[in-house]
Amino acid sequence: MRFSEAWLREWVNPPVDTATLADQLSMAGLEVDALIPAAPAFTGVGIGLVQTVEPHPDAAKLRVCRVDLGQGEPLQIICGAPNVAAGQRVPVATLGAVLPGDLKIKRAKLRGIESHGMICSAAELGLAETSDGILPLPDDAPIGADFRAWLTLDDTCIELDLTPDRGDCLSLAGVAREVGVINRCPVCVPPIPAVPASRDDRFPAELLAPEACPRYTCRVIRAIDPSAETPLWLRERLRRSGLRAISPVVDVTNYVLLELGQPLHGFDLAKLAGGIQVRLAHPGERLALLNGDTIELNAGTLVIADTAKAVALAGIMGGAETAVGAETRDILFESAFFAPAHISGKARAHGLHTDASHRFERGVDPQLQVSALERATALLIAIAGGEPGPIVEAVAAAQVPARSQLALRRERIRRLLGLSLDDATLVDILTRLGMTLVPTADGWEVTAPSSRFDLVHEVDLIAEIGRIHGYTRIPASHASASSATKAPPETAFDLDRARLALVDRGYHEVISYSFVNPELQRRLDPEQTPLLLANPLSPEMSAMRTSLWPGLVQAARGNLARQQERLRLFESGLRFQQDPEGLRQEGMLAGLLLGKSLPEQWGAAARAADFFDLKADLEALLTLTGAAGDFRFVPSEHPALHPGQTARIERQGRAVGLMGMLHPALAAELDIDANAYLFELNLSGLREGTLPAFAPISRFPAIRRDLAILVDRDLPFQRVRDCVAAAASDLLRDLILFDVYEGERIPQGTKSFALGLILQATSQTLTDQEVDATIGRVLERLSVELGAKLRD
Amino acid sequence: MSEETRLGIEPLQAEALGEIAAAADLPALDRVRVHYLGKAGLLTAQLKQLGRLPAEERPSAGQAINQAKVQVQEAIDARKGVLEQVALGLRLAGERIDVSLPGRGQQPGGLHPVTRALRRIERLFANAGFEVAEGPEVEDDYHNFEALNIPAHHPARAMHDTFYFDQHRLLRTHTSPVQIRVMENQGPPLKIIAPGRVYRCDSDLTHTPMFHQVEGLLVDEAVSFADLKGVLYDFLTNFFERDLELRFRPSYFPFTEPSAEVDIQCVMCNGAGCRVCKQSGWLEVLGCGMVYPEVFRHVGIDPERYLGYAFGMGVERLAMLRYGINDIRLYFENDLRFLRQFA
Repeated sequence: MRFSEAWLREWVNPPVDTATLADQLSMAGLEVDALIPAAPAFTGVGIGLVQTVEPHPDAAKLRVCRVDLGQGEPLQIICGAPNVAAGQRVPVATLGAVLPGDLKIKRAKLRGIESHGMICSAAELGLAETSDGILPLPDDAPIGADFRAWLTLDDTCIELDLTPDRGDCLSLAGVAREVGVINRCPVCVPPIPAVPASRDDRFPAELLAPEACPRYTCRVIRAIDPSAETPLWLRERLRRSGLRAISPVVDVTNYVLLELGQPLHGFDLAKLAGGIQVRLAHPGERLALLNGDTIELNAGTLVIADTAKAVALAGIMGGAETAVGAETRDILFESAFFAPAHISGKARAHGLHTDASHRFERGVDPQLQVSALERATALLIAIAGGEPGPIVEAVAAAQVPARSQLALRRERIRRLLGLSLDDATLVDILTRLGMTLVPTADGWEVTAPSSRFDLVHEVDLIAEIGRIHGYTRIPASHASASSATKAPPETAFDLDRARLALVDRGYHEVISYSFVNPELQRRLDPEQTPLLLANPLSPEMSAMRTSLWPGLVQAARGNLARQQERLRLFESGLRFQQDPEGLRQEGMLAGLLLGKSLPEQWGAAARAADFFDLKADLEALLTLTGAAGDFRFVPSEHPALHPGQTARIERQGRAVGLMGMLHPALAAELDIDANAYLFELNLSGLREGTLPAFAPISRFPAIRRDLAILVDRDLPFQRVRDCVAAAASDLLRDLILFDVYEGERIPQGTKSFALGLILQATSQTLTDQEVDATIGRVLERLSVELGAKLRD
Repeated sequence: MSEETRLGIEPLQAEALGEIAAAADLPALDRVRVHYLGKAGLLTAQLKQLGRLPAEERPSAGQAINQAKVQVQEAIDARKGVLEQVALGLRLAGERIDVSLPGRGQQPGGLHPVTRALRRIERLFANAGFEVAEGPEVEDDYHNFEALNIPAHHPARAMHDTFYFDQHRLLRTHTSPVQIRVMENQGPPLKIIAPGRVYRCDSDLTHTPMFHQVEGLLVDEAVSFADLKGVLYDFLTNFFERDLELRFRPSYFPFTEPSAEVDIQCVMCNGAGCRVCKQSGWLEVLGCGMVYPEVFRHVGIDPERYLGYAFGMGVERLAMLRYGINDIRLYFENDLRFLRQFA
């Protein structure tokens, strides 16, 4: 909603400046989006009378004009505009004038003839984008007066960004009422006298869908002057509201829309057949609209039809066939109320959004139709003449929305706002807002004005009181929180702690979009069918991620392209997997490792990071559960990973994650020319941790024995570890794997593990015999279960 | 003591002391020690020859030799102390390092700035007794709109550019559906915040199709708009660590009434007017209001008995203001040169 401040001040004129007025509106919930000068700065433009127009002797397109500016000799001004004519009043930039764009008017000679100024077009004065010629002024424009002052161009256009509940403020009248309430000053509502019919010419109207349109008024106006032009003052008001002048009929409907908030429509009466029927569209019915589109109407869509066909999309846009044209003499003005519920979504469904649909969706005052029609009639007749018939009104009274009646309780106001106001203040605020109040035992029975569709509940009235009294004047306080202290269990996995662990180990957190490129995702997670967006921004952002890896790989590629060669990235967030039971939205923690194990530095040798660097990071994460022993890394396979370097992470037999090296073939396809390692952990698998349980510290010395054993090359170390632990039972404090060897010094097909066993008892110092016996049991069990041999 | 004996020891002692003083390092000193005091040392030999002296001379001669030995030993010890000091000095000088060289090992990474801001927000509200709640990001129409009093075709829906999957499922456009889910599952009193990702079908210079919000909800028997002002004032002044001016501007959300947008005095220009606040001196940072009775009805909470407030804020925006980030699109490009600045 945009309007001229000067126009508003004709309705209500509080003693505050523009900035304060704008601030008041914003703080009352009518947010001022912009304050725009009604015209760019210019000086030295007066109103002149063109006395004579002579052809320029040496230039076919130029004329020599004598222009009277009300004082002294008339000025000789050369003018190139085709529409300049003797007897016109025109804006004249005199010598020394400065026009928009810093154009300075100086004495000039055009083809040998002097010019002492410039007759201006609307565009040259910043009042239009383009102009065909000079701007002719009305005959009552005072010769010699300052043009800028005469047209009140030192005016401000106030642009409001209104919330959808405030349809009542989509008019000058609505804004004026608010300004009056805020400033406690009177609002001068201009009277709208009825225009008497000068002929008995009625066009019948019939309500066939009264729940959608309970009131339809219309009026025939015959014999308007098709050559009439909309006066400058009205065109200026439209311009300052951001609307273009088109023709008197259209301009008048737009003007009343801005002034009163009632959308109107003018039909070419000659093109209507029989009478108006307000009805739902027939299935498959088509309508050519004013904007040039032809649409197929849905069965639920409300249309204005004559007895033959649909002629307008009700409350949204008129039809092309019945539009008022340059030759139109007889018109039918429509002023109707359409129920918001029946208009909402309809314009959007057809890709339309109009000033009318915007208002009807939010709610137009259902009592406004007749007065708006009277106002439009009076304006049109003043501009283009014409003979009006009587207003025809079809109304389904039962379907016209009633004014809301709401009980308002004094105590409830205090409880909700945390503020006590005296009755007089409350009554004053609500009365000025147009409500009627009847006192009750604990408050009032309030009747809201018919324009306020947003007031449907007691709290809406309380909000109005808070808004007008001023949110600023409500004190800040603190709720007496009755909630008891609730904390998550101590053993709950702390994602925040895990993030910090990764950060401390050199990882940077990334956040990537939850929708990814389906092609990239198919390569990284081919076994999942992703959930697809129906309306993605682009095909590259159309599939919900089934894994966090596409985002990490994308981030890695982007950084590799920016010459970052060592990457440690992680992300946490939901993945979206579909299975027969439905969609699973699971919290994941995932990461990517690529490049050297350490940042390049003077004091440590460079080495390419590998599987075990990543595994150490994962083990650190799993340790945070307090139950590191629950987890196992089991050889596994995944289409995106190296078949020999993939581990499924299990917790007591249940898969909770996956890690491995990005398959070299896939890495090459993705232009990643280093070994990349990926992991993904399902946070639900880490959720439950274990509380630490103290064990007494042994006072007795620990004894270390080292063993080197040979085992089959494919035997996982985990088996050895489990076997040693079982055999050494509770004497084993720690098992250190301090070397792994494969090579020429041992038989082919075998590998050697060098183990350090730390043995300790809690109740005594271990004797050599006890240690020897334990080591003997360990070796025997390793031999029997795993075929391990002691290495020579 | 015989003159002969005395004359034999004194030069020997003098000779020893001279060699001790001349010993340049610890091995040389040790050689001197062995030469005089070792098993076959010259002074030790003197003792062995005592037996050849007449008996009456032996005590005094022995005493003289022992005195000489003690003095030589003391001189050796003293010289040893000196030489050790010298050796330590040399070692320390040799072990001097350049302490300005960088340290060895891994360098820490960093949290994403959005996470960094979220952690701070969560902590501030945790201090005020708010618990964290979570909800799904693929939501249904009911929780995202209907239950929040936004029926189909409501003009407010046009303000949410929604990503849809089908007629019923969508990507949540705000964290407000978490309010509904929490109220459905738990009875009042409630005091929660719901941080998380939200999605709007909008992408330009100042919008990304995904961003983060933190929703807050308090439901209890005595809660007022004044309390809402209090909690948000505390939060914002603590978040920005300064005594900011706040402005509660009436606004509209279908699920709260009264509703307000909260502006803070511009943190870039302190309210003087700048590019960031579009010369207004104010920055809109969050929306809030009192829970609308219809919303309580949808979740079976008695709106006569209980009142509640709710608020929602955009994390990216708060982080931009806090850290001076000037382009929202940087958040999701995951450029390490950007991310490293927030370590």
